[in-house]
Amino acid sequence: MDAIILQILNGLDKGSAYALIALGLTLIFGTLGVVNFAHGALFMIGAFVAVTLQRVFSLSYDQVDPTKTDFLGNPLVVQIPYIESWFGPEVGHWLMDWSVPLAIIAAIPVMLIVGFVMERGLIKHFYKRPHADQILVTFGLAIVLQELVKYFFGANPIQTGAPDAFAGSMDFGVLLGFDPNVIIYPYWRLVYFGFAALVLGGVFAFLQFTTFGMVVRAGMADRETVGLLGINIDRRFTLMFGLAAAVAGMAGVMYTPILAPNYHMGMDFLVLSFVVVVVGGMGSLPGAVAAGFLLGILQSFASMNEIKSLIPGIDQVIIYLVAILILLTRPRGLLGRAGVMED
Amino acid sequence: MSKSNFTRRGLLKTGAVTGAGLAMPTIFTSGAMAFTNEPTGDTVTFGFNVPQTGPYADEGLDELRAQELAIEHINGMGDGGMLNTFSSKALGGDGIMGKKAAFVTGDTQTKSDAARASAKSMIEKDGVVMINGGSSSGVAVAVQGLCQEAGIIFMAGLTHSNDTTGKDRKANGFRHFFNAYMSGAALAPVLKNAYGTDRRAYHLTADYTWGWTQQESIQSATEALGWETVNNVMTPVGAGDFSSYITPVLNSGADVLILNHYGGDMINSLTQAVQFGLRDAQANGKNFEIVVPLYSELMAAGAGENIKGVYGSMNWNWQLTDPGTQAFVKSFGEKYGRPPSNSAHTCYVQTLLYADAVTRAGSFNPCAVAEALEGFEFDGMGNGPVLYRAEDHQCFKDVLVMKGADNPTTEYDTLEIVEQTPVSQVTYEPNHPMFGGDEASLGECNDGA
Amino acid sequence: MKMLGLSRKDTTFLLIVIALTLFTPILLQPFPEGSGLATFNAGYPDLMQRFAIFGIFAIGFNILFGLTGYLSFGHAAFLGVGSYSVVWMYKLLGYSVVPGILLAVVVSAVFALVIGFISLRRSGIYFSILTLAFAQMSYNLAYSVLTPLTNGETGLQVYTNDPQVLMGENSPTSPHFFGIVMNESSKLNVGGWEFTFNNGYYFTAIVAILVFYLSMRIFRSPFGLMLRAIKTNQTRLNYTGLNSRPYTLAAFVISGMYAGLAGALMASMDPLAGAERMQWTASGEVVLMTILGGAGTLMGPILGAGFIKYFENIFSKINDNMLHQWFAWMPDGIENFLIGVSHFFVGKSWHLTLGLLFMLVVIFLPGGLVEGGQRIARRFRSRKSKDDGSEAQTQPAE
Repeated sequence: MDAIILQILNGLDKGSAYALIALGLTLIFGTLGVVNFAHGALFMIGAFVAVTLQRVFSLSYDQVDPTKTDFLGNPLVVQIPYIESWFGPEVGHWLMDWSVPLAIIAAIPVMLIVGFVMERGLIKHFYKRPHADQILVTFGLAIVLQELVKYFFGANPIQTGAPDAFAGSMDFGVLLGFDPNVIIYPYWRLVYFGFAALVLGGVFAFLQFTTFGMVVRAGMADRETVGLLGINIDRRFTLMFGLAAAVAGMAGVMYTPILAPNYHMGMDFLVLSFVVVVVGGMGSLPGAVAAGFLLGILQSFASMNEIKSLIPGIDQVIIYLVAILILLTRPRGLLGRAGVMED
Repeated sequence: MSKSNFTRRGLLKTGAVTGAGLAMPTIFTSGAMAFTNEPTGDTVTFGFNVPQTGPYADEGLDELRAQELAIEHINGMGDGGMLNTFSSKALGGDGIMGKKAAFVTGDTQTKSDAARASAKSMIEKDGVVMINGGSSSGVAVAVQGLCQEAGIIFMAGLTHSNDTTGKDRKANGFRHFFNAYMSGAALAPVLKNAYGTDRRAYHLTADYTWGWTQQESIQSATEALGWETVNNVMTPVGAGDFSSYITPVLNSGADVLILNHYGGDMINSLTQAVQFGLRDAQANGKNFEIVVPLYSELMAAGAGENIKGVYGSMNWNWQLTDPGTQAFVKSFGEKYGRPPSNSAHTCYVQTLLYADAVTRAGSFNPCAVAEALEGFEFDGMGNGPVLYRAEDHQCFKDVLVMKGADNPTTEYDTLEIVEQTPVSQVTYEPNHPMFGGDEASLGECNDGA
Repeated sequence: MKMLGLSRKDTTFLLIVIALTLFTPILLQPFPEGSGLATFNAGYPDLMQRFAIFGIFAIGFNILFGLTGYLSFGHAAFLGVGSYSVVWMYKLLGYSVVPGILLAVVVSAVFALVIGFISLRRSGIYFSILTLAFAQMSYNLAYSVLTPLTNGETGLQVYTNDPQVLMGENSPTSPHFFGIVMNESSKLNVGGWEFTFNNGYYFTAIVAILVFYLSMRIFRSPFGLMLRAIKTNQTRLNYTGLNSRPYTLAAFVISGMYAGLAGALMASMDPLAGAERMQWTASGEVVLMTILGGAGTLMGPILGAGFIKYFENIFSKINDNMLHQWFAWMPDGIENFLIGVSHFFVGKSWHLTLGLLFMLVVIFLPGGLVEGGQRIARRFRSRKSKDDGSEAQTQPAE
């Protein structure tokens, strides 16, 4: 039982990441009708906002420590971070320690700008173009973005830890009446799940309860009619693209303590997030979220030794197997609408 | 060069030149080379085939730096590095047999196909006499097979699977790097001293050939100590989130977690294991421990603080104090401002060793070079005395057991040397069952003629 | 001049393609050996073989995607299956490529039939994801649990203790076609130039010409017309009472066989089959090749394949040493600046160049590279109303 609860928690955590990425992707599909192969790159850029902030906070000046030597036998040059000398060691250390959560604040404007620029500068010219052209141009963009990141940050994963306050694990089992130390779960992963729930809820509320959201939803359903009503759908769609980018970026920032970011993490998530979106049903926001969590949890279960020993290699293929089964039984995924991206 | 001069290599077959040949004069002068890519001009070209894109791009970059340095030293530029400490004095810093050493580079992408494509272009287009480098066992085995077929020498780079000089050993291929068996053999005594003989180990293993040979080796080495193996779970390569493999560990009755992962997989699995509190946990009345059999500098950098106190093994480390290591670290450090990684060391040494073997053999013919390398014993290249064993072309030397440093002073000493395990302890028979047994064979040397 | 059931325009076009293919070893070697620009020569056997093989792969993909509009994201699975079939035939029978290639085409057809039968129950992106899922499953399993069959990460290869029952005393010890050994070449030195005529290249080139001819016939046949009708409006087609599924399935199987043949040829040139041939990136690559060149055109996919392979193999090999040589005549400051800029585009950054080119081509040449060619041709012959027929059907694919 405890093993199953742990795997559900793992699945919720994986699912949170899948759902957050898929949400933005399906928003762009649904509203703009664009196949965005650069969406994984947006997730990656978000993660590197956190890395950059960490780097900025640890910008240092050199001070020679004559008592020690470096690897060549020269006097050791110690690097003193500017923020430590400006704000004192304690505040400086606190800022560095909290760079990941603080990066959320930085990531929102950065990702909105990235999203706006992408949409206005490139994507907007591809609304009327065939999906194949959209794939080619966004895939090219994804490569360019990730190569730029590689150029400046290297290819090796970069450790960006959670604040010390979130280090360690919570004894989750005690809350459910288990013995102590049976179900323990890292604080940061619980935070991640909570954060995902908050963002997902926020996006849904925004689309459900604001006029803006209403227009966008109407636009998703029937773009031409909304346009005929004299509503400037384009401007809203730009904002929508920025929002999708921001959601992906924030997901990337918060994921860095779990997965040390590297330049190709976007590509790693790209295929998976497409599968999630399609399993959820094209253009359906609740579908994407449901599919994200479903696939996350199933993947966790498939990784259990008991199941792996029954079907070797099942954890390698479970996502694709489930995708095939769902698409064969439900032609438009879990909650997809007819006519979206079917031609 | 005459205006029209046919040189013919191999057989001329029907159709091959019908399209092109019609307009050409049909004079054949049989200028067949004695062996593949026999260098005829005043330079000799090496091929440095390393990952330049993909997850191991940084490792490949460091290998390239080292190889460039080796070329400089061979050609007599710079301070000579390990040539000053190398026990063989055949190289005089004036190129190789009167020829200047040059090189071309390629990108393996850490994919067998791409690595072979890149190696083939070096052989067919650039006329290289040897290929050096790489950062994965799959690539090493694939390129080694290619060099065997083409008739040039392959020096393997970073490859740790037993198979490279085990069941996939080839007469034209050599490996300076150590292997999974050696990691197990070197780690076991240290683990025994640190954690005792009554331990229960849980393995997480990357689900591909390197992971399997690594796991097999460390399992047999630890079981010989009296450790019990609770479970061995295969994890998909590039899984990213290992949480669903890590959560069962704590309640499994195990008190040691062995991570048979490399690169990004290891960084993520170790980081996540620490997040799940495994390093602070207690099990069976003992402190829970994590072991990473194969370390690299880049992995240590990526895993950050999480490696503190974690044992692993390495082929070589810049913190060794022998004169060869010091000479290399000095010239590498002065040129690039950072100490070399252990894969850089391997690639540097292999380049020098190849050049030295050519000079001793007095020929670029791969079979002569292979003969000069087989059974070659030398010193002054780090890790004490070294033997290139003739039977399987594996290099035998001391192995380093490492530990994540508790108080690193710079970003380069996050790992500290715990022990330099003597070579006698990591030596095995050429027909060891983990290395293909009696069936494994180098085959015949091929010079491509 | 009309022959082989082709119209006059098509015959001319085919003859041009044949000529270009046969003279490739000369055409791709424009710079003399030893000159600074020799790096850009592509006339060495491995790359020429790749041009032909990926050309075949893309031609086949285009039959499905270009004609029916069905975007498969799992065609690499057939490529991998083809390669594995050939290497298994080497292991069991011997180094003749014939049994392997035949088996590869059959096996990939069976695979394509099964995957196509299931995936074609859906259309649009749902179809794409189904094919992707099948291919990724094949790749993941081949890499790990199917290792006894595929030799996993290392790649399937021939060992000395393999049975190879048809190997005689004097049989060649590397892949051959009735004794014509693939990796043997003849070299021709003219002035400073060196041309390499490789048996393997001509073998793949002849196969490529044959399958190119076949695809021409398919494009011009009633069957091809039917496939185009499916792309234009499948719903309307279904209303006429016609069941389009058998046609799309046939197209899927044919293009799967092309992919299997390409995989078989890869293993025929180089006796190793790696699992990453089946990865989604490989499937994506053929999609990119086709769109980049111009989907739905005859020549486009081949151009796209050549373009991508050229960058992968040539640009990745440019290193600092070469840059220094090229820019050495400049003043130091400018030289260093140019080398610094070049770092973004060559060597370890060759991906960036490729990504930028994808974007530039799709932004400025909506019909792919073929459209670029057409624009140039039109500029030269502005009075002629239509181009030479090969690209008559250029229209963006969906």
